[in-house]
Order: sequence, then structure tokens, then C-alpha cells
Amino acid sequence: MPLPMPADGPLIAERRVAAVCASDQSERYVTPILTVEGLSKRFGGVVAVRDVSLAVPRGSITSIIGPNGAGKTSLLNMISGFYRPSEGRITFEARDISRSRPNQIASLGIGRTFQNIALFGGLTVLDNILLGRHVHMRAGVLKSVIYWGLAAREEIAHRARCEEIIEFLRLQDIRKQPASALPYGLRKRVELGRALAVEPRLLLLDEPMGGMNQEEKENMARFILDVNQEWGVTMLLIEHDMGVVMDISDQVVVLDSGQRIAAGRPADVQADPAVIAAYLGKTR
Amino acid sequence: MDLGFTFLLVANGILIGLMYALIALGFVLVYKATDAINFAQGEFVMAPGIVAAVVAGAANSFWLGAAVAVAAMIGFSFLLERTVLRPLLGRPVIAVIMATIGLAAILRGTLPMLFGTSPLPLALPLGDEPIEVGSLTLQPAQVAGAAVALSALVIFTWFFRSNRGGVAMRAMADDQQAASAMGVNVTRYFAFAWAMAGVVSALGGVMWGAMLGVDVQLALVGLKVFPVVILGGLDSIGGAVLGGLIVGVVENLAAGYIDPLVGGGTKDFAPYVLMVAALLIRPYGMFGTRRIERV
Repeated sequence: MPLPMPADGPLIAERRVAAVCASDQSERYVTPILTVEGLSKRFGGVVAVRDVSLAVPRGSITSIIGPNGAGKTSLLNMISGFYRPSEGRITFEARDISRSRPNQIASLGIGRTFQNIALFGGLTVLDNILLGRHVHMRAGVLKSVIYWGLAAREEIAHRARCEEIIEFLRLQDIRKQPASALPYGLRKRVELGRALAVEPRLLLLDEPMGGMNQEEKENMARFILDVNQEWGVTMLLIEHDMGVVMDISDQVVVLDSGQRIAAGRPADVQADPAVIAAYLGKTR
Repeated sequence: MDLGFTFLLVANGILIGLMYALIALGFVLVYKATDAINFAQGEFVMAPGIVAAVVAGAANSFWLGAAVAVAAMIGFSFLLERTVLRPLLGRPVIAVIMATIGLAAILRGTLPMLFGTSPLPLALPLGDEPIEVGSLTLQPAQVAGAAVALSALVIFTWFFRSNRGGVAMRAMADDQQAASAMGVNVTRYFAFAWAMAGVVSALGGVMWGAMLGVDVQLALVGLKVFPVVILGGLDSIGGAVLGGLIVGVVENLAAGYIDPLVGGGTKDFAPYVLMVAALLIRPYGMFGTRRIERV
């Protein structure tokens, strides 16, 4: 069964450039939604992240790149609360979240996907996405047992929201299938859907295109752009495919050995000597 | 072959089987939500049984005894989760297994110290009149036990299938990290799962205690949990019911037909023969989740 393709054209780069230029005048990207200041993470003697600072402008797509072991996932894990920073501060919408727990951070409006897809294999696609609504369900567990009516009415609203996401990501045909039975590219897309169900204002994507073929990558890139533009979700993503990163990002942050070595517009970063040295090896 | 006799054995097996399923439910709840294997399930049944018998004896009220037993198990489960199990969160599964084995030994040792070793009576407020259904004669304690078991099984099946908390717990068992990234408060649900297992075990302790009398030996019914859940699937409530029924019926048939031939004893190990066979044929049980590994 061939997957339906998004209807709009293939010229991602062109659309993006237009958006960036427009935004430079409107100052839409100026206020950061997330700021990271002097963040470090040590595991015993190993320093995974060293004094990293960055700001993610509201409404932007920011990519973190860097060689393997540069500390990208560690940085993401600190933002989503899985790791406690050894030093430094993480501020989301003017609130310090450096010491918050993952479920608290999720309910504040930060969603995420995982490098190795972390879908709930035993649940269907619909249930996986519905679980993303967890933070928005007001009826508590005990309450939902006792006042079944309240929970049922709430459930209808949540299901409608999930159907919107399913339609948006073109998952209609597989909504009742168990997530574990799906092919790789689709599971990645379901995971994106589940993260969207949280209705995040900031979405962290850990290698959303890792392990995909070219066609799947292009599909995913379009979904990321659509979510960003149509739903206004700010994106912070880790990605290895340079072509995609340069195409879709407003800002690129480069990490190497746990340190930030460059940050800026894709074209500037690409030309940065420190970045070239980190990727191609230093010339002595 | 006497058909009436077979029928009686099967009917009794079904009633006992439902009561096995009730105990297995406590085990399945914990496994389903936290991925932990509770080797103290038998002691989880024995402890509230003893509490119920002691309170019921002192206050001369079965209902008070049962209520105190349930409340005590809720408190105990929360305490256990907070002090022992939560610090083990994220550690290898073997750590939790060993902790429950230790807990089993502690409970088996301390409860007789507190309440003595002599068996205590625990009588359901039902009377001793056997219930006659057609040609069958059934014990009231068994019928009541089966009814309690059936209601608990129905409630929890609904909970895991349709309730928000139940779905969150299934997700949590699947992947704790992903569940917490969806806003699921993993530590709270973890405690909640153990408390639910505590309630179910307390019901099991009261009903089994009413049938067998209450002493440390009551913990031995916990051993039957393993054939039940291996046959039915570790994470399936429906499987626990079917596994319980199979174990109950097979046990009774072995007692009725094989024991007289060989001089007794087959009743006790017949379910384990089935368990080993099941492991060879369907290691995830009849209804358990088949884990798909991608290589």
C-alpha cells in the first residue's frame, strides 16, 4: 500500500527561506521559548555536556547537530527532565524547569520523541495517541472510576482531537493496528502523533529521520514543517542528515565533545571553520 | 465412568479455579503495570488472612475483620512501595524479584511471631449449609469466594481496557520513560498498582482463609499462582481466569481419578506438569502479550 503524500509541493527549502525572511521583519522569532544557560552534565568522571548555552526562539525550528557522542541526546534528556543537570539552568516560558520531573515538564507543554522509537507496543495506534492526551484529562483516576459519565464526555472530546492528529499525519488506515506491528517509518510518524497529542508548545525530536530512506525522510520533513507552521509548535530537533537540517532549520546549534562550538543560521554554521574542523577532522 | 462424579469434580474445580484466578490477579496487576514479578504473592494473601481472622475473632465481626484486612494491605502496599520498591525503580528486574523473595520470608517469619502459630478460624457470615444446585452439593465458602473473584476480575478487566489510569499503567509497563514524557506520573501509578494488588490479595486472603482456616500455610496457595499465570499469560487478566479454571479443574480431576489409582499426591503436582508443557509450547501463555523482537 503506497503511503499518501502531502499534497503541497516539494520545494521545502524555498518555502522555508521565505518564512525566515518574513520573520526577520516581524520579530516573531525574537522571544525565546526556551533558554539553556551554562548547562553541564557529568556522569562520574565523564563530562557529557559542558557549559552549553542556547536560546530557542518561539516559533522556530532549531536543530542540534554534532558528531556521535557530542552530548546531543544528553542535552535533550536534561530539557525533558530525564537527567538532572549537574550545573546550569533551563528556563521554559520564564519558568525554571532545571529540577522538574519528566511528567511535570510534559504537562507544562514540552513534548518529545525518542531516538529508538518508544511507542507502547501493546497498544493500538489510536490508544498510543490517546495516551498523549493524558495530561489534559481532568478526571482523575479514582474520579473517572466513580463518575463514569464525566470521564466518558471528556473522552469524546479527546478522541476528536486525536482523530484530527491522525488525519493530519495520514494515519487513518492503521489507527486500530497495534503499534508494534507497523513498519519503521510509520512508527516514527505515530510517535510524532503521540507527542503532538500532548499539545506541546515546544516539541523535542530526537533523530526524527534516523534510519529512514529518502522518501520517508522527505515525508517526515514536510510533517515537521507543517506542524511548525500550521500549529505554531516550536521545534528543537537532533538530526544527522545535513541536507534536511540545512533545509528546514531556522537556527543550527553545533555540539562537539559536549561543548557548543557554533550556533546561527544554517548557511553561516555551514561555513564556520570550527564546524568544518569538527566534522572533517582538524588540519594541523 | 460416573458422569455425576465427573460433573461434581469439574464444578468444584471451576469454583476453586476462580479463587486461584483471584490470587493470580494480584500477581498480574503488578506485572502488568510495573513489569515486576511478585514472589511474595502467597504471603500477600496470608498476611491479610491472618489480620482478618485476628480482628474478626476479637471484634466478633467478620465484616470488620475483612475491612481492616483490606485497609491494612492498602497501607502496607503503599509503605512497601515507598520504602523498598521505589528506590529499585529503573534497576534490573532481578533486584525487585529478590526483594519480594526476601519480603516473603520476612512475612512468613514475623506474622506467627505476632499472632501465634495455631490456626485461626475465619467464618463467613453464611452458615454451613451446603448449597444444592440440581444434583450438585457446593460449599458456601467456595461459592462466595468464586463470586468475589469473578467481580474483581470483571472490574479490573474494565479498568485496564477502558479507564484512563488503566491505559496509563499499561503504557508505563511498556516503557516507563516514554510514559513519563507523556505526562504520566510514573511513581504515583507505581504505588497505585501495588495498592490494587494489595486489595485483591486481601480479598483472596479472606476468602481462602474462610475456606482453609488461617495460618502460615495459607501462603502455600500462592505457589499455585505460577502455573495459573504461565498457562494464561503473565499480563493477561482473562488469561488468569482461564489459567485458574484449568488449574482448578485439572487438580480436581487428578484428585478424583488418578489419586485413587496411585495412592494420592498427583493433585498437587498435576498443574505443574501442565505448566512445564505450556512453557514448551506457548512461553507467553495463552493470552499473554507476544513480545516481538526486531533484530
